[in-house]
Amino acid sequence: MANTGKSVFGRVDGITLLLYLVLVFVGMMAIFSVEYRSTDPTIFMMSKSHMRQFIWLGISLFVGLLIIFTDSKFFSSVAYLSYTIGLVLLLLTVFIGVGTKGSASWLGFGSVKFQPGEVTKIFTSLAIAKFLSSPETNFSTLKHRLIGSALALVPAVLIVLQQETGLALVYLCFFLVMYREGLPHIILIIAFSAIALTLATLMIEKTILFYIVTGLALFTALLMRKVLSKEKMLAIILVGVWGICVLFSQLVVPFIFKNVLQKHQVERIYTTVGQDVPDEYLAPEDRGKGSTISGYNVWQSKIAIGSGGLTGKGFLNGTSTKNEFVPEQNTDFIFCAIGEQFGFLGSTALVLLYLGLMLRILVLAERQRSAFSRIYAYCVASIFFIHFAINISMTIGLAPVIGITLPLLSYGGTSLLSFSILMAILLRLDADRQVMIR
Amino acid sequence: MSFASTPRRYVIWSIFTGVALVIIVKLLMLQVFNDEYKILAHDIAITKKVIYPPRGVIYDRKGKVMLYNQVVYDLVVTAYEVPDDIDTMMLCNALGIDTVEYKRLFHRAAVKNGPRRKSVMIEQLTPEQTARLQENMYAFPGFELNERYIRTYPDPHAALVLGYIGEISPLKLKDPKYASYRQGDYMGINGLEYTYEEVLRGQRGIHFLERDNFNRPTEPYRKGALDTPAIAGRSLELHLDAELQAYGEKLMANKIGSVVAIDPKTGGILAMVSSPSYDPNLLRGRHRSNNFAKMNLDATKPLYNRAIKGEYPPGSTLKPMTALVALDAGVISPSFGFPCTGGYYNCGRRIGCTHTNAGHAANLRIALANSCNAYFVHILRMMVDAQKYGSVKKGVQRWHDYFDDFGFGHPTGVDLPYEKGGYVPDSAKYNSMYGGNWNSCNMLFVGMGQGEVNLTPIQLANAMCIIANKGYYYTPHLVRSIGGNPKDTILKKYQVRHKVTNIPDTVYNIVALGMQDVVEHGTGRVAQLPGVNVCAKTGTVENKAVVDGQVVKMKDHSVFVAFAPREDPKIAIAVIVENAGFGATWAGPVASLMMEEYLTDSIATNRKHLETRLYNANLINPYVYTIDAAQRLKDQVRWERSVERNRVNDSLQRVEDSIRIKRWFKKTYGI
Repeated sequence: MANTGKSVFGRVDGITLLLYLVLVFVGMMAIFSVEYRSTDPTIFMMSKSHMRQFIWLGISLFVGLLIIFTDSKFFSSVAYLSYTIGLVLLLLTVFIGVGTKGSASWLGFGSVKFQPGEVTKIFTSLAIAKFLSSPETNFSTLKHRLIGSALALVPAVLIVLQQETGLALVYLCFFLVMYREGLPHIILIIAFSAIALTLATLMIEKTILFYIVTGLALFTALLMRKVLSKEKMLAIILVGVWGICVLFSQLVVPFIFKNVLQKHQVERIYTTVGQDVPDEYLAPEDRGKGSTISGYNVWQSKIAIGSGGLTGKGFLNGTSTKNEFVPEQNTDFIFCAIGEQFGFLGSTALVLLYLGLMLRILVLAERQRSAFSRIYAYCVASIFFIHFAINISMTIGLAPVIGITLPLLSYGGTSLLSFSILMAILLRLDADRQVMIR
Repeated sequence: MSFASTPRRYVIWSIFTGVALVIIVKLLMLQVFNDEYKILAHDIAITKKVIYPPRGVIYDRKGKVMLYNQVVYDLVVTAYEVPDDIDTMMLCNALGIDTVEYKRLFHRAAVKNGPRRKSVMIEQLTPEQTARLQENMYAFPGFELNERYIRTYPDPHAALVLGYIGEISPLKLKDPKYASYRQGDYMGINGLEYTYEEVLRGQRGIHFLERDNFNRPTEPYRKGALDTPAIAGRSLELHLDAELQAYGEKLMANKIGSVVAIDPKTGGILAMVSSPSYDPNLLRGRHRSNNFAKMNLDATKPLYNRAIKGEYPPGSTLKPMTALVALDAGVISPSFGFPCTGGYYNCGRRIGCTHTNAGHAANLRIALANSCNAYFVHILRMMVDAQKYGSVKKGVQRWHDYFDDFGFGHPTGVDLPYEKGGYVPDSAKYNSMYGGNWNSCNMLFVGMGQGEVNLTPIQLANAMCIIANKGYYYTPHLVRSIGGNPKDTILKKYQVRHKVTNIPDTVYNIVALGMQDVVEHGTGRVAQLPGVNVCAKTGTVENKAVVDGQVVKMKDHSVFVAFAPREDPKIAIAVIVENAGFGATWAGPVASLMMEEYLTDSIATNRKHLETRLYNANLINPYVYTIDAAQRLKDQVRWERSVERNRVNDSLQRVEDSIRIKRWFKKTYGI
């Protein structure tokens, strides 16, 4: 073993650790700036979020340290067990969970509250890594592909049942991992097509969309008529794709909008694409009133970020974020504080920091000797990616408002702790990258 | 390398990088290439707070405060911040209200501006409430005592001089002249508060504050770098003597009329009484409009400043002025006499004269002392008929010019708003009255102050200043200095000496001596003051009123003008008591008591009975109320008729219009 000469501390990846600390520091500053008032007697006020976040950081670092000193094989051995416990917790939350705004995704023990949905991301990552890296798994078979998908989707479904659709969406990121591990390319193509079709469904009237899809299918058939006459299979596929598209746009999307998504989520999605909510998705009493004001959050968020300009208003000079115009601004909308105070240069730097961290994790992933560590690292990178992409996109109006946090920056103990644990396990596994872990 | 053969890790690399790039491009568009959001952020997050400066204080000539800003406290509550467990009982006790009332007020305040913003719960706490609350405010989180100023008059006097403030009217808000005002701002509406609005108002400060999503101000924007401070209004120091003013108002109580006393050396107004008046404190704060409406309906018109708006025929008090014109025009000399035997017959009909003995108008001084009607109508005729003017019309015009110079027939320019000018007839007036066919006989009553001429009390007092000063006057005014500076440019116009005659002082002395004779042994004996030579002239003015469409002769106005001491005049005064009888009976004592009070600071014991007599007299005739009620009824009927007429006219117009349109359609389109 090449690394035995050094202690586990010396083998921790410095770049990743540094990026982690920088991001946590930026988050702390952002939270501080949002609640700062020039009349505050001292910056060490326990009533303020940044001090509570500071305590959570202490807890996170302590837990991280514990993880670093844990044996690297421990994580793969408890993968399934932790996943099971996670599912039980999620199931428990479905029935006895508490929460706000219609969701019930929190478990309370006395005064301590936590969101199992955040924590199970870790367990799911471990379980998927364990399953995919297992020698018995042959990921080219449909059966094992379905099992892998089920590992990601079961917690997601349980979270949807807690009315926390946004968090459930995060679990879709595991498909990126599974793509890396051998899911066919077609998965990506289907995923992008589905997104395109969903957007089209939202923005174009149903019957018109039906004619467009049918027209496209007939046009393709016309172009490929010579090939089609020879290859009967292709014709069946074409008809199949057409059928799926029609089914998706005419039945699946309306069904999801009516029965799965919450009213406010439907509104948010339509607001993002700049459309009024069609009457059929509204309660009878709301019909005919036109656009709702659910775009307020995004509107205020865009004002805050847009007003930052090239260089920003300066630290602690953010008029929009400091005065609570942006709702949930130290959790889901913390990016506004950066955008307003540090402008385009500051927010771009932050985006690049995230990109740097994610790419660094990919580098770590590809240098692992054991498949378990590699797959786990991909899981971490994907979780970071989906949080980062959706969160920032929603603050600048590129995505619907989905309540998920900006990793390491947003205020919130569970979020910071779970991301820290994800990172710590990754660093621990990477420290033993020459060891074969099963 | 095709998509399928690319190592999958690079695909994931590309997805990560691609999304980051899309975000950066969107940020570039949002933050760098779009200014709209900067403006929006500024608009929603910055609020301007106007800081109102305290209005200027007004002092009398001795430095006594006449109008100042009293600090009052409002109880302000932010309902959202009031915890459920505060000691409501204790708060109610401090406020002196019961819990039911407390709940009502609290609920009203919470609804008014929303629970998260401050609302006034109780306006203008009494000093006792304030004292009890101030000790215990710590026990009531969410409640605050808000300090604010209200205009306060320490004494209930000089209401019409000082005026009052009120919210700016919507009409004025549209006027570009008042562009710096905004809705809800207070401004002077009448009196000195109005005239010196610019001085008293001061300069408002503006503080820029950041505000939060509930529109609550949080902290200064850019640490107050853009703020401008409020500059307090400047004070006014008046010529007015608060004691004399109060004394005059007391003497004039229960009488309708006016007193104007002026220091002839400066033109400064020492007292300006219009009676009946009101307690100026009635027109401040929340009861202002209520009280205003009530007083506006009062038949005795307490809101009407008779000193500058009341137009009266001056009667015999005008005779010295008639003499001045004749002297200056050179048509008589002081030794000119008129053989009056108890009447004037030169114009075909007799004009009565109180005296019948021969020689009671042997010269100007004697004629003045005896107030001989014949003498003065005659010298007026001599003046307007003088050869050098060519015609009576030109003569009247010349006479009119003299009176114009004296400050008659147009507002004097006193520093109070809405002054009236009285009336002095000119040749055009007589042309229109008599169709161009008239002569000096048609206007001879003017010589004795009756007929077409009307003067305001301030003009009469100013006339006394001219005689006292021997030929000049300063525009009567109230303000001596602004913010302690008597040379303020606003006051320049009151320091211009208006020279109006070229009569030598010796001749003036004769006029003054004639007026002194009035006091020594004429009609004005009531005005005698021990050790002071008082010059005066009484007037008993015939007047008429239109009652129910008929011209009715009313009881005479009692008028008295005077100045004293003759050798070195310190005070000139004019008094009018409406429908009270002889000039010497009512106006005379008022004038003489006020002069005595001003000159000697006390009233001699042997003259105390005059005071008592005035205090006890109620000279407001009951018919004042009857006439007023009848007039109101008439106005009401007239107004209703005009409304009805307009309505009928409107509908007729509409019918006409529609017929015209129909015709036009028929002509144009054949339908």
